[in-house]
This record gives sequence, C-alpha cells and structure tokens, in this order.
Amino acid sequence: MPSIKDYKTPIDINWCPSCGNFGIWKAFVDAAVQEGWNNRNTVLAAGIGCHGHIVNFVKLTSFEGLHGRALPLAAGIKMSNHELNVLVFTGDGDLLAEGGNHFIHAARRNQDITVILHDNAVYGLTTGQTSPTSPKGYRSKSTPQGNPEEPINPLRLALASGATFLARSYAGDAKMTAEMIVRANRHKGFAVVQALQPCVVFNKVYTHAFYRENIYRLGEDYCRTDKSAAFEKTMEWGEKKIPVGIFYEVREPTYEEQLPQIKEIPLIKQLLKRDISKLMNKYI
Amino acid sequence: MGLFKHKQKNNKKIDQIKPVFTFKIGGEAGYGIMSAGLTFSKIACRSGYYVFDYTEYPSIIRGGHNVMQTTFSKEVVRSQSRQTNFLVALNQNTVDLHKGELIDGAGLLYDADQGIDVKGVPAGVELFAVPINRLAREVGGSEIMRNTAALGATMGLLGGELSHLRDLITAEFGAKKPEVVEKNHATGQAGYDFVVKNYQAKIKPVLPPTGQAKKLLVISGNEAAALGAIAAGMQFASIYPMTPTSGILHALAPLQEQFGFIYKQPEDEIAAINMAIGASYAGARAMTATSGGGFCLMTEGYGLAGITETPLVIVEGMRGSPSTGLPTWTEQGDLKFVLHAHQGEFPKIILAAGDVEEVFELIGKAFNLADIYQTPVVLLVDKHICESHQSVPPFAWADYQVERGQLLSGQVDNYARYEITPDGISPRALPGQGNHFVANSDEHDTTGYSNEEAEVRQAQMDKRMKKLETCAQADMEAPKLYGPKEAEITLVSWGSNKGAILDALKNFSNVNFLHITWISPFPTAAVRKVLKKAKHIVNLECNYSGQMAALIREKTGLEIKDNLLKYDGRPIYPEEIVEKIKSIKLSN
Repeated sequence: MPSIKDYKTPIDINWCPSCGNFGIWKAFVDAAVQEGWNNRNTVLAAGIGCHGHIVNFVKLTSFEGLHGRALPLAAGIKMSNHELNVLVFTGDGDLLAEGGNHFIHAARRNQDITVILHDNAVYGLTTGQTSPTSPKGYRSKSTPQGNPEEPINPLRLALASGATFLARSYAGDAKMTAEMIVRANRHKGFAVVQALQPCVVFNKVYTHAFYRENIYRLGEDYCRTDKSAAFEKTMEWGEKKIPVGIFYEVREPTYEEQLPQIKEIPLIKQLLKRDISKLMNKYI
Repeated sequence: MGLFKHKQKNNKKIDQIKPVFTFKIGGEAGYGIMSAGLTFSKIACRSGYYVFDYTEYPSIIRGGHNVMQTTFSKEVVRSQSRQTNFLVALNQNTVDLHKGELIDGAGLLYDADQGIDVKGVPAGVELFAVPINRLAREVGGSEIMRNTAALGATMGLLGGELSHLRDLITAEFGAKKPEVVEKNHATGQAGYDFVVKNYQAKIKPVLPPTGQAKKLLVISGNEAAALGAIAAGMQFASIYPMTPTSGILHALAPLQEQFGFIYKQPEDEIAAINMAIGASYAGARAMTATSGGGFCLMTEGYGLAGITETPLVIVEGMRGSPSTGLPTWTEQGDLKFVLHAHQGEFPKIILAAGDVEEVFELIGKAFNLADIYQTPVVLLVDKHICESHQSVPPFAWADYQVERGQLLSGQVDNYARYEITPDGISPRALPGQGNHFVANSDEHDTTGYSNEEAEVRQAQMDKRMKKLETCAQADMEAPKLYGPKEAEITLVSWGSNKGAILDALKNFSNVNFLHITWISPFPTAAVRKVLKKAKHIVNLECNYSGQMAALIREKTGLEIKDNLLKYDGRPIYPEEIVEKIKSIKLSN
C-alpha cells in the first residue's frame, strides 16, 4: 500500500491559504492511498483554472489540457487504453462554461471515467468573475449589477444527459470528499463528484461557514437508483437544505464495454502492421 | 436553379487535350448520379483505360443539380476535361447547363419520354432519344433503375462490354439481394438492346476492351487516406462529419472491428482534436480530419499537441471558404491558415498531396513523422483530391515500416519527458508504464511541471523548435520537377493542380513543372535552385492571393509575377493551362 509521501512532488502548492482546493487535494491523495493508484494503473486529466494546478502537486502521470477540454482528452485516453483508471479534475468555468458541450456528451457516452468538479461558483484564476454556478444576483467584477442569469445545476445537467453516478461533497470535509471520490471511481461508468469548494478570496457568498451551516448528508432511506428521486433531490438548494452524498448510482454498459474491437485487449496493444490487400479489391 | 449555374465563362472553341474521351452524366440530386458515374469509371478501368472522374454537386440532399464526369484514355489521365464527348441527361438542367461543353461529333443520350428539350444543342451533336425511365419501369419494375438503363444504353453506344456493368451490379448488391441483381441486369440489357436496335449505325466504339486491362484501383483521395491510415497502423480516429473529408470516416467506420481501431464521431471538432490528442498521449496512433471550418475549431488543440509534444495526424480537406463558403466545391485557400493557425510558435509539419497516390504515401509518412518528431502533422488536400476518383496501381502497403521514434516500452530510471536533447527529440513515455510525467499545456520543465522561469521557457522553446530543423535535415524531401530540366517556362504549383498540369504538359516540350509537397519545413534551397534558373515562372493556385507564391517569396526572396489564380470553386482545367502557356510571349 502506498503512503501519502509517494504522491509528493517537488513543487510547492500555490493555492491561496484556506482555499477549498486543499481539501480536495487531501481527499484525492487519501483516496489514492486507499485505492493504490499509481503510475502503472492511473492517469489524470485536468482543465485550466485553479483546479488544474493539482497536476503539479500529485505524483501521478497526468495531462493538463486546454480550458474546457479535459473531458474529450480523457475520452481519448480511455478509448486508447481502457485498462487505465482515468480521473478528471475540472472547475465550474472549465466544465460548465467553456466545456459545457463536452460535459453533456461525456455524460451520455458513459465512459468509465471519474470527474471531480472543483465547484467554487466563481472564476478564481482570472481574479473574480461570475461563473455558470454563481447564484442569480451574484455581484462580481463581470456582473457589478448582479448576475442576471440562472445558475447551472451540474448534477441535474449530468443526470439529464445520462451520467450513471452522481455525488456531491463539501471540500472542507476531506473525509467525506475522499469517500465520494472512491465511490465514484469504483463505479463502472461516467461518475461525477461535485465538490463544493469555497473560494476564500473571491466568493463571499459560498464560504466555509455557509456550507458548514447548510449541508446535510443524504440519509439511508434515500433511494440512489431512482432517477426521478435524484432529479428532485438535485433541485434542493437553500438554508439547511444542501444535500451531500450519493444522489444517483446505476450500472449501465460503459462505452468501452460496447466496442467489440477492444473486448480482448486495449487498442494500444493491438497490431500496427496491417494487410490491406483484400481491402483494395473493393476498389477495382 | 440560378444558384447552381455553372456556365463556362469562356465558350470559345479550344483544343481538347488529347487523346481523352469524357463521359458525363447529370441529373437531380438524389438520382444516384455519383454512383452511376463511379460505375462508369470502373467499367472504363476494367476495360483497360485509365480514368479520372470529377463530380459537381450543390450542398443539398435532394433536388439540386448533380453531375459526374469520367475522362478516360489509353494513356494515364490525371485530370478532368472541360469538353464532353458523351453526355447522359436525366433531366432538362443537364442539357441546358452542359450542351455548350459538347464537342463536334459528341453524343447526347436523353430520355425522350420525359419531355426533355434538346433545342439549342449544337448541330454536330448526335442525339440519342432513349426511353430510360420507361425501360427501368417496365423491365426493372422501378424508375430507380433509370441509371442502370442509361448505363446499359451508354455501353451499347460506346461499344463497351455490358458484362462489366453486370459484374459491378452483382458486386454492389451481392448474394443478399438476388432479385435486385437480376432486375438490374435485365434493365441494363434493355438499355443496351434498345440502342443497338435503334442506333446501330451511329455506334462509335470508343470503349472496347483494350485487351490490356491492368489491375488498377478506382479510388478517391478520401478512400486513399483511409486505406493509408489503416496500412500505417492508425488506431484512433475522431472525425466530425464535414465535406469534403466525410468520405474518410465513411471508409473507416465499417472497418474498425476488422482492423482493431476506433473511429469515434465526436460532438464537435474541438472534441475531435482533443480526443485524438488524448488517444495519442495514451499511446495510440491517432488522427482527425476536417475541412477549413472545422480546423478553425481545432486550432487551440493544434497548439496543445505542439506544446505537449503529442504526435497527431490531421487531414485538412480544403473547400471554398471563408465561413460556410462553397461547401461542396474545391479551393486551396488554407495554406497560410494551417501554417499560422495558432497562437505562439511550435514545430509543425505540413505536407500537401497532389493526387490519390500521394495521399496514400503521405498519410503513412505523416504517422511516422508525427511519432518521430512528437508534434502535429497536417496533410493538406482539397475537395478535388478528396472526392475525385483516379485509376492507380494498387498501393504498395507491404513496404510500409511503422516508425514510432523514441517511444519507450517500459519504466526507466530518472525519466524526464521533456529532457533537453541535441536534436530536440526527447524519449516519450506512455501513461501506465510507471514513468511519472506531466503533459502540460502550460510551459513546463523537463518533467512537465508548470514553470515560468525564463531559462526553462527558452530551453523548452529551443528544444521544440529544434525538431523542425532536425526534420528538415533528416526527412524533408525536395519538390519534384516534372518535364525537361531546362525549359522556357517553369510552372510552380501544389495540391491537386498537379493532375491538370501534368496532362497539359503532354502538349509541350519546353515547359517543366515544380510540384511542392513539403510546406513545413519548407525546402527552401531546392525551390530556390529550380526557380533561380527558370526563365519564365508561372504560379498556379486555386486561391485569390497566391498563397504559395507568397510563401516562396517569404522563404526564397524570389517573386513570381505571373500567376494563374482561380477561386470560383472549380479546379483548374488542363485546357486553361494550355491556353495560359500559349499566351506567354517568350522574350527570346
């Protein structure tokens, strides 16, 4: 079993003090230790935003791609070598603004990929503009009159698009977040963990105190396989009414399971030398 | 109708490039014109002739005007012809739009029962009224078989072998639909019998079997790209449909299980290139294909592959642009675009194919170059190559060697993905091998960790750009010079104009032709050497501004003053080149 120091890199962590990313980072490393993720079995993809810096702070092979494009990158990795455990780090701007189209299609594709959404409901790296999950009326550098748009509910969007595992956690609770990441990763299919993450510099609404005050854990009586119940649950958001835990979990065939050409061995292990002599007959 | 007029600007009589014969069939979109045209091309090829076909169609599914022409000859033919020797008109539009192309002594086959008006057809044209639809209906049971009736009649009038048509019908419908095969055979026979009975005296046997039929493929650039990619060991292709390169995905998709690759239809071109980059990063030989508009969406990914040093093959099939432009017509307007389509600088290899054989050869090369230099390689083609079929010898696939460059096979000590090396190429690990590294869109150090220090940035930039120099020394090829070494006139061009130029050159002994296939790195010395001693240079391109001439000037300092530029969506015809050459007043 690996230990936390196996994931240490020589790079100093440069997130702001008290940033919610620390909780997600700790949760991720704990999950990695617990599950034995290493450079032989796991690969990470990330987009651009504060979240994306994580590739520098975890010693696992990774690809920090373009803003909004971590999902198609991960899709290509998974199709190419589906034996690899693929996790994606993304942010609310990355996943839901720049990469919104990819999110919808990745959800319906149901590849066996785990998505960790660092959702701080603000643009941190570009110093404080409104994001797709910022609340209506939210005042920021880009919405000084208050955000006139409805926020996107990422779990509801993923559910509507075909995702087969949905969970939410609060980044300040690393234990719960690690548990959600592990559960999502063990799920076969497209799994999303929305980590509610305070931006201590730019988001004065969704603070650590706000989340501590208002989240509650979904109870044992909640049925995780009922899609209608999950829809209803994703709509809850208010004082003392922010559910965390697993919203939805069903087993459907993954994209990879449906491709006969990779049933036996992954794509990258297949023969490169091909005989096209018979193929050419079609053109005579 | 007005939208799809394609009247020739110049109706004056010009010499046809000899010795070729051009068959053309036209009708409403949805009539299966392309399929009938391709059948004719294959018949001509199986009869022992070389063929080149060319199709014109609007960007709609039904109702527009479609034509396909096949030019064939006992000699190698590489281009379309402006004049038509035999026209099959399935509707009035075909007569109205193409009667001006009919040469003296040409034939016009049309359906007399459809009320097609042939007034205004030049007096020297032989008219063949054949009840095409009626024969299809009465013999085949459906007017859908009108093309078969028309092709049967064509075989009769051109002295062709009906058995080739029968064989192709059998191959198309196969054992699964014996009744369809039978009905089509009978309909083709009925068309044939009708003309033999009614026009016996007017049969011109231009398509008899030569007795020297070679085993040639009749294949388009798109199909050659697909076959070339498969032969090169391509394992992953993500291609969003877009004219004129959709034919690549159509050829690939049915073969993925048989050959062990994945074709993925992505949600957009941004996903297409990022998926291909992800697949390549994980170890697959990966490609994407698109046209200029799709490539606009790929440009950020193009740079991502550059800075992360991820091998990638991109086929860019140019069409009339900008924006939606002329979706189904040809152009060469993206040369400078693929050279500069990204922010900042990275080493990119750009190759431009001139015909289907070069497409096959260069796509194989592109996969090797991408792996060796760990950078994107663009294969630039145009609609005229993508969708025209050409008769070519079977591809020499067996000679192909997969070269994966400095790809590691397992864990190594002290691994550094972006290690500074003299040739700029660093050992490449794959995820899952145990080597830790980061592929990073941010500037990075040798492991891949984000790094903004001046020395690190400069070292990584130098390393990446060095790869282009290495490539120029180790792999870049000089452009081919066709024709005599010494000539009065030197033509310069790139892409699909090659075919028309080589066909035009058959008429001259004092003209040579420099065809450029390496765009980046650019064979500056070789191009300068040829052009420096050229007496009169003409640059030919299908774009407005003469992009290759500008590139040549940038690289060599030589300015080409005489340009034949065409940007009306049509390819350059060999007749236009002959005219151009004849119009040049040589100073000596």
